[in-house]
Amino acid sequence: MRIDFDSARDQIPQRDMIVETAIRLMVPFIQLYGLYVIVHGHYSPGGGFQGGVVLGASVIMLGLAYGMPFSKAYLNEGTSIVMANIGALIFTGVAALCAFVGGMFLDYSALQTILPFISPVDWRSHGIFLVEVGVGMGVMMIMVSIYWDMASAGKMDEGL
Amino acid sequence: MKSLALVATLVTGALLFYSTGDFAEWGSADSPPNQHVSVHYVEKAVEETHVPNIVTAVLGDYRGYDTMFELVVIYCAGTGVMAILRRREDEEDES
Repeated sequence: MRIDFDSARDQIPQRDMIVETAIRLMVPFIQLYGLYVIVHGHYSPGGGFQGGVVLGASVIMLGLAYGMPFSKAYLNEGTSIVMANIGALIFTGVAALCAFVGGMFLDYSALQTILPFISPVDWRSHGIFLVEVGVGMGVMMIMVSIYWDMASAGKMDEGL
Repeated sequence: MKSLALVATLVTGALLFYSTGDFAEWGSADSPPNQHVSVHYVEKAVEETHVPNIVTAVLGDYRGYDTMFELVVIYCAGTGVMAILRRREDEEDES
């Protein structure tokens, strides 16, 4: 997807070069940090919820600085809804998959029957990672979606 | 009616304050919250799950239901806001 900052800047009445430039520079680092928080949740404070909120905040910041149409071009509206569903389905799907392959619901060690070369104890670690990814996706997309709805009173046109 | 509500609030608050006296001692190793499953988590979480961060191990594995329904709650909140607020452009504005 091509990100056209200049044409987005022309669409909103109040323009502030400092805010726009600062957010334009910060957003990639915020998103990288959000991914780090999700992935590094096994070793440091963090996890799906925190990382997802950080990722969602990056899109919300774009919406605040460049306007609602730009943030909707940056993250497609349909994509965000589909990704929120996928995120929730990843968690419940992994949990149900554990039950289908012979374990208990949410007992990740049962996934060893699918990939036997990973030990059950390691599967519990990897299972936690899988569901954290689902949590991150869901939380990020729901945060952005709620912001869009609240900021534009559901019209999804201009927003704050 | 207002005074009744005030009395009810005060009585409930007084009961809650009274019950704080029966809380487990803060930080005590002998208190029930620190005797039940927490000992197992602290001692065995890393070797049972290979997750160095015990908080993640408890949230993602031992307390998986809690985390799962937390996500479901957020999901329901988002879809609820979407269902109530979002309008399509071709729809007539009733207000």
